Amino acid sequence: MTSATQRTVEAVWRIESARLTASLARTVNDLGLAEDLAQDALLAALEQWPESGVPDKPGAWLLAVARRRAVDTIRRQVTLERKLALIARETPEGDDPMDAIEFDRHVGDDVLRLMFTACHPVLGRDARVALTLKTVAGLSTDEIARAFLIPSTTLGQRISRAKKTLSNAEVPFEVPVGDELTARLASVLEVVYLVFNEGYAATSGDSWMRAELCAEAMRLGRMLAALAPDEPEPHGLVALMEFQASRLRARTDADGRPVPLDRQDRTRWDRLLITHAEGALRRADHLGGRGSYVLQASIAARHARATSTAGTDWHSIAELYDELSALTGSPVVELNRAVAVSMADGPTPALSIVDKLSEITALRGYHLLPAVRGDLLLKLERRDEARSEFERAAAMTGNEAERTLLLDRAASC
Amino acid sequence: MRVMVLVKATEDTERGVLPTTEEFAAMGAFNEELVKAGVMLAGDGLKPSSAGKRVAFDEKGGSSVLDGPFAETKELVAGYWIWEVSSLDEALQWVRRAPFRNGVVEVRPFYTAEDFGEALTPELREAGVRLRRATGL
Repeated sequence: MTSATQRTVEAVWRIESARLTASLARTVNDLGLAEDLAQDALLAALEQWPESGVPDKPGAWLLAVARRRAVDTIRRQVTLERKLALIARETPEGDDPMDAIEFDRHVGDDVLRLMFTACHPVLGRDARVALTLKTVAGLSTDEIARAFLIPSTTLGQRISRAKKTLSNAEVPFEVPVGDELTARLASVLEVVYLVFNEGYAATSGDSWMRAELCAEAMRLGRMLAALAPDEPEPHGLVALMEFQASRLRARTDADGRPVPLDRQDRTRWDRLLITHAEGALRRADHLGGRGSYVLQASIAARHARATSTAGTDWHSIAELYDELSALTGSPVVELNRAVAVSMADGPTPALSIVDKLSEITALRGYHLLPAVRGDLLLKLERRDEARSEFERAAAMTGNEAERTLLLDRAASC
Repeated sequence: MRVMVLVKATEDTERGVLPTTEEFAAMGAFNEELVKAGVMLAGDGLKPSSAGKRVAFDEKGGSSVLDGPFAETKELVAGYWIWEVSSLDEALQWVRRAPFRNGVVEVRPFYTAEDFGEALTPELREAGVRLRRATGL
């Protein structure tokens, strides 16, 4: 096979796989079976296209092949006769079915169903992430395994188990309605943001693949926002990811050392992503969204709009953290609020927030608490106390570069 | 990767012939597909070169303004998209789906951070992220 054709097949797959799998899943009402059928169609394309050339309507070609396989598979399963009738009815008769088959107008809804099903709460978090990247993003098992630094066989088993779990639990292939929608949507959003952070936080592994994960998450987020346009949180998540990603190229220096936000070259921020993020945030605001992704995106927007740290609207950032803190009850958010308050109103009110946090068990051992406290004490010229806080923070972190940085700060007190 | 998709001018676009209702609808459907696939970042159409100007620089950095229209129709740009795709091949497959009948579409990748090396070590990256969070950013 020529590598050019293979690349073309892969490119077509990236465009078609979600719609193909989704359309099949609606027909057979089983995500696992649909995914198998879609993979069969992919194999057929890899075998045949080098000889026959790429068809004019590659999506329709793949769907026709997969549907034929579906009929074959289900014929062998007498118990599923009802489904056979369903498929037979949906498969047009004619000399060349390839001409007749096109994706119907509900295909967007199908992809949305696919996202909700792959992120069903009956699955564990890892399983949801793996299944979403496989069926919605169209990544291969090898690619996902590489990105998450686990053996391909392990990832393959994880996906098989997930498909079996969905099948055993008889999870219907549908978009939830009413109250259930909010909870289920949160599960989808969580998976997308997990993928993003896996790339953004890049603790190890193939850096190219990690950057791809960020791009993949943004793509999934934009898909979700476009398919569920009346929900504010997907727009908020898109904005949040894009604001964060807009700083990717400014947050490390030429030697790869991290550059903190107040020293970043803001001209290197990705203006196009910021513009796109602003658009997404406007839509979320317009829909009246005040959920956690919308609030986080609003905070990120304040930074993106500022030309310098001093020129940043810290008052409104502190207010947004206040709202976010009330919403999530997270002590980490509260710690972030303290930093914003310090920038807006000075170190004294910030220190009283941090001191309240020191009593919280969940933050015990969290090195950023003494790191922030040390910073505030230093601003108050309480140098001895600041030094011991930085030293405490340095002892807590497991990260070498960070420890060095904290010890440097301690030494400079 | 990010690409700019340049729709080259034709005699029609240069004459300012507007698309028909059907053509508008087809392009709208294509754009909707791009948005729902999460690849579209931006896109717009440009007026004919008769509405445009050029600024030409000489060797000393002096400049002069030239009025449109410009002659070399096939080299002119009539519209553009900016897409975020997984590969150049994916971009080409998307272009092949575009509802054009005539003309040429050119796909050009952007320079990105990846082109400037991947010197950053995992430890440094992690430190950067933690510090970013420490400052609430």
